[in-house]
Parts: sequence; structure tokens; C-alpha cells
Amino acid sequence: MAIKADLAGPENPRRRDYLQYAAVSVAAVGAGVVVFPLVNSMNPSADVLAQSSTEVDLSKIEPGQAIKTSFRKQPLFVRNLTPKEIAEADAVPVSALRDPQTLEQRTAKGHTNWLITLGVCTHLGCVPLGAGEGENRGPFGGYFCPCHGSAYDTAGRIRQGPAPKNLEVPKYNINGAIAVVG
Amino acid sequence: MSFPWAKHYEPKNPVMQWVDSRLPLPRFVYNAVGAGYPVPRNLNYWWNFGVLAGVALVCQLITGIVLAMHFHSSAAGAFDSVNVGIMRDVNAGWFLRFAHANGASMFFVVIYIHMFRGLYYGSYKAPREMVWLLGVVIFLLLMATAFMGYVLPWGQMSFWGAQVITGFFSAIPVVGDWVRVWLLGGYAPDDAALNRFFSLHYLLPFVIAGAVILHIWALHIPGSSNPTGVEVKGEQDTVPFHPYYTAKDGLGVVVFLILFSVLIFFAPDYLGHPDNYIPANPLSTPAHIVPEWYFWPFYAILRAFTADFILPAKLWGVLAMFGSILLLFFLPWLDKSPVRSGSYRPMYKVAFWVLVADVLVLGYCGGSPAEPLYVILSQIAAAYYFAHFLIIVPIISHLETPKPLPGSITEAVLAKTGA
Repeated sequence: MAIKADLAGPENPRRRDYLQYAAVSVAAVGAGVVVFPLVNSMNPSADVLAQSSTEVDLSKIEPGQAIKTSFRKQPLFVRNLTPKEIAEADAVPVSALRDPQTLEQRTAKGHTNWLITLGVCTHLGCVPLGAGEGENRGPFGGYFCPCHGSAYDTAGRIRQGPAPKNLEVPKYNINGAIAVVG
Repeated sequence: MSFPWAKHYEPKNPVMQWVDSRLPLPRFVYNAVGAGYPVPRNLNYWWNFGVLAGVALVCQLITGIVLAMHFHSSAAGAFDSVNVGIMRDVNAGWFLRFAHANGASMFFVVIYIHMFRGLYYGSYKAPREMVWLLGVVIFLLLMATAFMGYVLPWGQMSFWGAQVITGFFSAIPVVGDWVRVWLLGGYAPDDAALNRFFSLHYLLPFVIAGAVILHIWALHIPGSSNPTGVEVKGEQDTVPFHPYYTAKDGLGVVVFLILFSVLIFFAPDYLGHPDNYIPANPLSTPAHIVPEWYFWPFYAILRAFTADFILPAKLWGVLAMFGSILLLFFLPWLDKSPVRSGSYRPMYKVAFWVLVADVLVLGYCGGSPAEPLYVILSQIAAAYYFAHFLIIVPIISHLETPKPLPGSITEAVLAKTGA
């Protein structure tokens, strides 16, 4: 009888507690193992990630011109800056910026004239104007978001309005006249 | 729980007796919305809106389930399945679609009146705090459901609404961008987002229905409040829900359905936005993005923050917008006045109507373009909104001298009729 009482039962509450904790812990780990794939299934799927690289032909973009293309189904702005626009961007003291970055940090080495950014306003994701022919480029000559009035300069940096960050620069390489984004 | 004088369910039909003794579902209904639920005898028409919200939910469920049978949930097919398939080819599809789209508006009209009724008559106060808290939960679920439903036709406003609203989550420090990509299942709204929104848009109404059952359950513990705010003292203060309030609510349902029909048949697109008849274009943002009218006051609060102050302006806007609703969870403890009804609270009554005007101003600003005048108006109105709940209401509950309350509901009723 004494041996039986040792195994489990109200006479030996610590043993019973241990069994209870162990069982609940195993169940919790099991639940976590099941929840993980459910949550992870909502991350971008392989086919979405597969579209993650885009090639842009730079030879057809004149200085001062910009084109709007698409990268990962988001708008991508590719802009050939004029020397004047480069000078304007370089003239701004970096410390005065909301998101301090120089034009050099935002462009590829030796290709300071190619400003390649996502066309997604960092406020709430609208497409800023300024990449299309004749569109309003805003007070700083870069891009202007019509939704809530964020203005970007010629380096795609936020200068005015509610957006917190500069237009995002994706990873890219320039090989000759081709830019490979992604 | 109910009052001791509540009528008991005594089925005469042998079939009902047989059912009731095995599964007391008829008894449950009888006690919930039948003659077994005693209700204060003095409820006015503002008390119709709870039942009307239930009617609106049922309308949305029925039209929605049928619409889902005709909807293609893919970025390539959604727009045409709604605007060509449902609107032109499906028999009576146009009716179902307009009834569902305008049903959402009717639902919000009813819910907002129901909430302001609760604010005026102090329905959120002890012992009915849980009814109020569950009501706020239902309101949040309703907003999420309505937002995801608006994305499904995949027009320009659908797409950019999804882009902007999921953009709120990217304001969260550190993990924000990851959260947004996870919510969308991609880097911009696309098939993955559309499909999960469709799935959740179908699921959430049933979650709402469950929350509504809890809401009514919590209401039936203390019983309904009433325009005097004085608790029921005896049998003479109440009448059975059926037939008295089924009849009174029935009249409200008729008026509701008339207004609903006027919208569906004579002005089906009045509350919509023409841009949503343009298929979604990820490369072009409409010049003026606005959500549906029922989100305008909150959208105005979101846009009211234009300058960084410790935190980025964007994060402030998002926090304030969610905060303006989460604040309602604390209302039962912010308003310390023991008097419930605004009718007996001269100062609170004024503050209440100023709040109504304030929310209307916010709504107007939220529907207008982000021009300086509207932004400044939104900032003032948003500041007042928070001040109402956090400063004005708590202070009033200390300063105010309420008018004398009637001795009982019956006394108030008899005084009014001069008997």
C-alpha cells in the first residue's frame, strides 16, 4: 500500500504536481509546434519571393528623366539625376535631415547620378508623384506624395511632411547599362 | 438571472414540452427575448438600436454568404467577378451587392447611434461595465470586418485602402515592416492579401455573432438600463419583452428597412467612392484616398499628427487612432458620477452634445483632402476628443450637481403622463 501511495495520489501532492506540470508543458510545446507553421504560412510564399529580382535598362533614361517600373510588385523609381540635381542634394547639410544620409550613401559607387528607390512613400505607402512625365515633384524637386503631402528631395530623402524615412533604396548592382535590382 | 417576477416558460404544446425537457433551447429564447425577460417600462426609441444592430448583422450574414458563392478571390478575377459577374450576370446580383455594401453603412449608422445612446444615458456604468466592454470589442471586430470587406472588390480604393491601413503596422518600432509583410503575405497587397482578407471577412462576422451573444448575456444579468437611469425597484417598473418591446422594436425595424431600401434602390452608390470602379493599379495612387465614411473620424485623428515629438509623427497618428477607441474601454472608470442618465446631469449633457459635434467635425475633416485648414481643424477636434474622455468627464463627475432623480421608473412615467 505504501508503495502505491508514493506513485501518485493526494498523499503525495508533489509527485502529482510534477506530472501535471510535465503534461501541460508537453502540450504547450506541442501547441507551439503546431502554431508555428500556421503563423509562418502567412509570410510571403515562394512564388512571391521568386519575383524578387528585376532588370532595368538604363540606356534609355535621359538625364533629368525618371521611369516607374515594378519590383516585388511594388513601384520602383529609376531616375537619372542631372548635375544640378546632384549639386542640390550635396548642398544640404546632412545633420539637418530627418533621416540623415548623403546622396553618395544612397547610390552605387561611381554611379551617383542613378537614384534607384522604391516608389513607396514611407508614411503610409502611397506612390509619390515625380517619376512620370510632367508630374509634380514637390518643393524639393524630388518626389511629392499627394496623399498626405510628404516631399522628398533629389536624393529621395524626406524633407517635409509626415513620412518618417527616406524612400527605401533596394539592393542593386549596375552592370554597364543594366541595373539588376534585388 | 432575472427578476423574481419574470414569467416562466410553460409550453402547452406536447412537442415543445418534449423538446424543452431534453434541450431547453425554447426556454432560453423565451427568457432572452421573449415574455420571460422583464424590461423597464419606460424605454424610448433610442433603445431600438440594439435590436436594429442585430437585424443589420443578420442582413450582412445572409447577403454575404450568397455573394461569396459568386466571388472570385484573386487579384486577377476579383474586380470582374464583382463588377461584371455579380453586378450584371448573376440573377439579382446587383441587389445582393448593393444590399451588402449599403448594409455595412446601415450597420455603422445603427452602431454609432447605439454607442452614443450608451454615452448619453450612462449605460456603461456599474453594473453594466461588461456590456459596454463587450460592445467596444464588437465595434473593433466590426471595423476590421468592414475594412477587409471593402478590399474584396479590388478597385483602386480597395487596393490603396489596404496599402494605407496595413501601413499603420509598419509604424510599430523595430518589427513594424516585418509585421506588415507578414500581414500582407508579400511586399504590397496582392493575391495573398486578398485571399486572407476574404477568409477573415467570412470568419469575423461569426465571431461578432458570438460576441453579441456574450453582450446580451452580460446585459441580462442586471437587466436593461432605461432613460431615467434609476434601477428597477419592483414588478410595476417592468413589462415583458414580448409583446411590448418586440412590437416597439418591430416598428423600428420597419423604419430601418425603409431607409435601407431607399439607399439600395435610389442611391446605391451615394456612400461609395467612384474610384472603386477603377480596377486596382499598384503603380498609381488615387489623388485623394479616403476610407468609407464610417472611418472618417478615426482617419482624421490619424492625419492630425504632422510633427515628430520624441516619437515619429506617423507612430503618434497610429497610436492616437487606436487609442481613441481603446480609450472607450476605460470609460466606466473615468466617469465617476453615480448618476447614469444625462437627462439628470446638466453639465454632462452639454459635454455630450459638444462631443457629438466634435465627432461630426472629425468625420467631416477625415473625408476632406489633407489641406492645411482641415489638418488644423482635425488637430483641434482630435485634442478635444481626448480631452472629453480624459479631462472633462472626470472633472464634471466631481463638480456637477445632478438634478433630483425620480423615486422610481413608475414615478417618472406617471409624472410625465400627468396621472
